Amino acid sequence: MKKTYKIDVDCANCANKMEEAARKTPGVANATVNFMTLKMNVEFEEGQEPDAVMQQVRKACKRVEEDCEIYL
Amino acid sequence: MQELIIDSLLAVIAAMAAGLLVWGRAENSNMTKKQKKMLGRILAATALLLILQLVPGTVFSPLDALVPGLGYWVRLALYLADYLIIGYDILVKALKGIKNRQIFDESFLMAIATAGAIALALYERSGDYTEAIAVMLFYQIGEWFQSYAVGKSRRNISELMDIRPDYANIERDGKLERVDPDEAGIGSIIVVQPGEKVPIDGTVVEGTSTLNTAALTGESLPRDIKVGEEIISGCINMTGVLKIRTTREFGESTVSRILDLVENASSRKSRSEDFISKFARIYTPAVCAAALALALLPPLVRILGMGLDGQWEQWVYRALTFLVISCPCALVISIPLSFFAGIGGASREGVLVKGSNYLETLSQTRIVMFDKTGTLTQGVFEVNGIHHNEMENARLIEYAALVESSSSHPISKSLQRAYGKEIDRSRVTDVQEISGNGVIARVDGTEVAAGNDKLMERLGIRYINCHSAGTIIHMAVAGKYAGHIVISDIVKPHAKEAIASLKASGIHRTVMLTGDRKKAADPVGAALGIDEVFSELLPAGKVEKVEEVMERKPVKAKLAFVGDGINDAPVLRRADIGIAMGAMGSDAAIEAADVVLMDDDPMKISKAIRISRKCLRIVYENIVFAIGVKLICLILGAFGIANMWLAIFADVGVMIIAVLNAIRALFVKKL
Repeated sequence: MKKTYKIDVDCANCANKMEEAARKTPGVANATVNFMTLKMNVEFEEGQEPDAVMQQVRKACKRVEEDCEIYL
Repeated sequence: MQELIIDSLLAVIAAMAAGLLVWGRAENSNMTKKQKKMLGRILAATALLLILQLVPGTVFSPLDALVPGLGYWVRLALYLADYLIIGYDILVKALKGIKNRQIFDESFLMAIATAGAIALALYERSGDYTEAIAVMLFYQIGEWFQSYAVGKSRRNISELMDIRPDYANIERDGKLERVDPDEAGIGSIIVVQPGEKVPIDGTVVEGTSTLNTAALTGESLPRDIKVGEEIISGCINMTGVLKIRTTREFGESTVSRILDLVENASSRKSRSEDFISKFARIYTPAVCAAALALALLPPLVRILGMGLDGQWEQWVYRALTFLVISCPCALVISIPLSFFAGIGGASREGVLVKGSNYLETLSQTRIVMFDKTGTLTQGVFEVNGIHHNEMENARLIEYAALVESSSSHPISKSLQRAYGKEIDRSRVTDVQEISGNGVIARVDGTEVAAGNDKLMERLGIRYINCHSAGTIIHMAVAGKYAGHIVISDIVKPHAKEAIASLKASGIHRTVMLTGDRKKAADPVGAALGIDEVFSELLPAGKVEKVEEVMERKPVKAKLAFVGDGINDAPVLRRADIGIAMGAMGSDAAIEAADVVLMDDDPMKISKAIRISRKCLRIVYENIVFAIGVKLICLILGAFGIANMWLAIFADVGVMIIAVLNAIRALFVKKL
């Protein structure tokens, strides 16, 4: 399953960091962050609950880039 | 003297911050809340620092009469308050970084360096806290500047790419009704008024107008459109009211496809970006270790080895300066920004690049291979002649159109156009497509074969060859030769210039691949100035040819393949970089490609290559410039020639220059 979330982040590098953090989060099959449109596309692994996984993704992103926001 | 310079610098910063704050209140300033808040902090901290600078230290002495030493502590408290105003978030970030085991980042370096400088001032009782605060202040100014610049260029690009139509007008009972574009099915009539975006692909049934296609193709010249012409979504209707019969659903329309491409562009990282993130991972710890060594080793050597005084303060100060200089923000920020700006600039010109790695590969392209049909030629075929036929022209065309009716190849479409009547598919049975040869089917029960000479040979039918240029379709009806139809394609208007301009931008070799006969293909290649032509290829043959050329080429010279058809998808994937024609191209080709040209203009290929070169040049400039300046300052700092002021100017200055340079990648109009 794929879902798109709106995000807020200041710099292109921070967006890269967020992407990496999201990819490493358990339950996420793949993730891409588009800095131009400020959107994050997340592909979830089979049988995962997106809302629960996204909470973890958000936590992981906050850890690498404090100033970021994911609108769930 | 130095005092005077510092004071006037602070005054200038305070004035600028105040000015920006006032301007930030205006509607169109596009400043975010965060940026305004930061600006406020910069203003407050600068003003307080300026006051503390201007007020002589003796002002605090009367306080000593109350409690001994009070004056000293009050002054310290004021400076510390100023330090916290400007830098509390950096300190918090550094602490969080330590907690999250992401220790070595810029915040950490800044926090250590400034806190260290304050501690040193306390230890020496020198009372000189200005330096530490100024370092934090300039660091924050640099950050603010880059955040504003990045935000502004990001909005610039995304506004241009904002082609999503919000509604479609449908006429119901004589009244216009706004509906979600998703709800308008194929074949519904939509009305587009001047100033509105065309929401769905279709054909114009009423009205004439001019269209602005800039958002789609980067072409700023308006295009005229009239009844009967096809219209693609995403254009802006400029002058007249248009009624359009939709030919696609919204989800399948050009605008949706492009938005999908833009939003789902795979964000694979280029090697330069990988280099930077690896570099930062090793660099920051290495610098911290070096700074530690600088603080400890020389004094220890002096004490133990030479029996001299350790000069601890001096070496600790040098180590802290070293830390400030070493902050890698210029690189970390500017490299991804350059790629972002390069891709953004390209998309403004109608060239979609799906990731920064492709931009990098594109810049190293030395060989360009083309598919002929739809890439160099318009893919609009016309029946140019019918020779040696045993039956009436119209009847032969009818047979040909019917046999080919199931194919979507441009050639069969041109046959259908030449036939001109509605095709009754029920008359066609037993359709057998032989890839690269042609089609055999039964029309009204009679076996009809239409295809090239290979098909005739396969069927054992004697055929008469043709000497006119173009694609020849031999026809056999009921096992007997029935003549051939000559169909020729029109070369795109810019194709020749496109090849010339590729050569001018340093492409060594251009190659054309086609399924056409050698006789038809060679003159086209020669007319366009193409180096090499491979003709009579089956779809699988194209992949083989590309692989063959790739094996022979030097590793560093990259090969680009330009194509548009469904059968080009494997070749697009196989080449180092696949470029697809977006407007005419099949979905499969667009999906497989790494770069999509939105308006099918072959001139855009060389433009895309030049855009990528500019972007990569900027990336290398920034890498060399930033690392170069840092290295020089690090050496100066280690020898004690550079103080902390120079260090912070080097850091913020390099960052601002690198960011400005990176944004230059956006401006590619004139390339």
